[in-house]
Amino acid sequence: MSDLSKELKTKHMFLNMGPSHPAMHGIIRIILELDGETVVNSEVEIGYLHRCFEKHAENSTYNQVIPYTDRLNYVSPLINNVGYALAVEKLLGIEVPERCKYIRVIMSEISRITDHLTCIGASAMELGAFTAFLYMIKARELLYELIEAVTGARLTISYTRVGGVKADLPEGFAQRTKQAFAKVREILDEVDKLLTRNRIFMDRMKGVGVISKEDAISYGFTGPLLRALGVEYDVRKANPYLVYDRLDFKIPLGSNGDNYDRYLVRMAEMEQSMRIVEQALEQIPSGPINVDHRGEILIQPADMVDRAKLGQTKDLLITEIPLSPNLEGSEEKVYPAINANEKRVVLPPKEETYGNIEGLMNHFMLIMDGWGIRPPKGEVYFPVEGANGELGFYIISDGTDKPYRVRVRPPCFQLTAALPKMINGGMVADIIPTFGSINMIGGELDR
Amino acid sequence: MSDESLTLQLLKEQFPDKIIETHSYRGDDTAVVKKEAILEVLKFLKEDARLKYNFLMDLAGVDYLTYKKDPRFEVVYHLYSLEYNRRVRIKAPVDEDDPVIDSATPLWEAANWYEREVWDMFGIKFRGHPNLKRLLMYEEFVGHPLRKDYPITKRQPLIGPKI
Amino acid sequence: MDIMESGGSWSSGYLLSKLEEAIAWARKYSIFQYPFVTACCGMEYMATACSHYDIDRFGAGLPRFSPRQADVLFVVGTISHKLAPVLKKVYDQMCEPKWVVAFGVCTCTGGFYDNYATVQGIDTIIPVDIYIPGCPPRPETVLDGLMKLQEKIQKQKQLV
Repeated sequence: MSDLSKELKTKHMFLNMGPSHPAMHGIIRIILELDGETVVNSEVEIGYLHRCFEKHAENSTYNQVIPYTDRLNYVSPLINNVGYALAVEKLLGIEVPERCKYIRVIMSEISRITDHLTCIGASAMELGAFTAFLYMIKARELLYELIEAVTGARLTISYTRVGGVKADLPEGFAQRTKQAFAKVREILDEVDKLLTRNRIFMDRMKGVGVISKEDAISYGFTGPLLRALGVEYDVRKANPYLVYDRLDFKIPLGSNGDNYDRYLVRMAEMEQSMRIVEQALEQIPSGPINVDHRGEILIQPADMVDRAKLGQTKDLLITEIPLSPNLEGSEEKVYPAINANEKRVVLPPKEETYGNIEGLMNHFMLIMDGWGIRPPKGEVYFPVEGANGELGFYIISDGTDKPYRVRVRPPCFQLTAALPKMINGGMVADIIPTFGSINMIGGELDR
Repeated sequence: MSDESLTLQLLKEQFPDKIIETHSYRGDDTAVVKKEAILEVLKFLKEDARLKYNFLMDLAGVDYLTYKKDPRFEVVYHLYSLEYNRRVRIKAPVDEDDPVIDSATPLWEAANWYEREVWDMFGIKFRGHPNLKRLLMYEEFVGHPLRKDYPITKRQPLIGPKI
Repeated sequence: MDIMESGGSWSSGYLLSKLEEAIAWARKYSIFQYPFVTACCGMEYMATACSHYDIDRFGAGLPRFSPRQADVLFVVGTISHKLAPVLKKVYDQMCEPKWVVAFGVCTCTGGFYDNYATVQGIDTIIPVDIYIPGCPPRPETVLDGLMKLQEKIQKQKQLV
């Protein structure tokens, strides 16, 4: 038999995996050199979803960049929003009110849970565990409904503004969150029973996609993949931003750095994120309900705009508009709690805009081309903990209303760069769980 | 604060004639370094026992064409030290006539893709890079799109109409 | 059922038109889709396909991951110029009859990505049957688009 195998002339085969491959969510091309089913060598090609985020950011005003940041890591868009807004605020040297900080933390953590749910669900599905995927998406749907109640959209939310957030939390949000989390916990328990001790799942995940600690640091790994190696690095603990230093949470750590540990770290992180949200909802300073209304007259927002256009601005300042705060958030009563008191940055409430000339001028000063938000000349780098790791924004201002340069440090870029290291020497089938575990998001990878 | 500026102090002591300037705008320690010395400086930052900047967090290019700054390009390194929990930004100016700088790939694996991206987007070459080819755009693409003189809507389709 | 309701007369070609309608009816409720998922819209595509919105109710629950087995190409997400040749190749590999759904505004027109890397609407490369707007479209919009496609399949001339 061994003689025969010596005589057989075999050649290495080259195989393209992707760009459009069924078991891979996201567009990426892996060129494989195969010896039978073993991967001898591989190369990764990216760039199929390059959408010129950085070029667009240079051609937009500071607030106009926010919709583009949604679409970087579209599985957890709120974290991108928050990261970008914090970077610009650092550049401006302003701070947002307490309530706004808590809202940002709450929304970021909900977004982190949706990201981990999608990641685990999709990688379980690719290994054949379709039920787990359906359960996870069901849980994600519950969280999307929460996000929608606050921001008005499910996915691309553009929720933050420089110096605040778009809208306040709706009434009864704490209660709804509690109910949703109870269901999410139930689902996570079920998935835990289905996957964690599942023989097939463990065999596919354990010892696969391993990378050493030194290599991981050299590649610049952050986030769950680094923590699965036992390295305790989380931006929320290392450089606490917003109110993370006041909240009690743990950083789940792994030890082996294989796909199974990554899965466990992500599962544990979801529980920690839910704890953070629950604590934040308890600590959050009370919102608009305590603010006195100045007038009794109610007017529809559209009527207000019409009247202002005709110059009938009498009494508009003391008029209350019956807008739902979660969809518009532009009324005077919710304003101070969620926006920084900074006229150079934050648009005035709609009562001011339509009610008096100072408000109108302030509004136009911020909207007009060439005016807007104009930070001083300088440069800042601000990191936040994204769902995949450190998400950093490096912004250079030249003193005009458009950023001179916005650079994103995408967390899954380094992970994808290290993919050949993780799959070389393994089997073709092992590429799928490894690729699933790095949670590559095209929008963030190629920008 | 005094602890943070330790990095800049040590850098100035170690490389008195290679550091062009230092500043700490909004608490971000920054050192501008002559490009000839970049590899030396990064190696010092990575290996000195008092600093140990073991993460290359980010590497980016900047085109200062319309900012009226000379020289035109700058390569920006963001380093992080896990042990001391410190960050530093190193910048190296690169001029337009000779857009070449030493590659950081001998120090960090992460530099490989970052530098390919900077080459792709800005056309800055990295001496000693093992595989310097385009990362995000395709090989047929002409020009470097993140340069300030590349129009945002100048399309170069592979197939289909040129609109 | 549409075949029963449609009635018909004993004029010439009765049998042929009935057969055609029956085929159309069968085709529109057994859509095998090829999801060409690239970007953000994929998240809403997942939501539509899973249990909450359940695209299976419309007979389109089974994605085929080979273009040769699929008859509706769902182009989900931004198409860049680097990816355009791949999309064209996938489309060319599909067998007739085939339909294309442009899912999300990036595939319809390029959306707000008016830049050097993005294809300004996939109809510059391949023919499109249904455009689903939205950035990304809500699952309800997707289901609406799917029903519009089914109407279109029912009405068009069938290649037998």
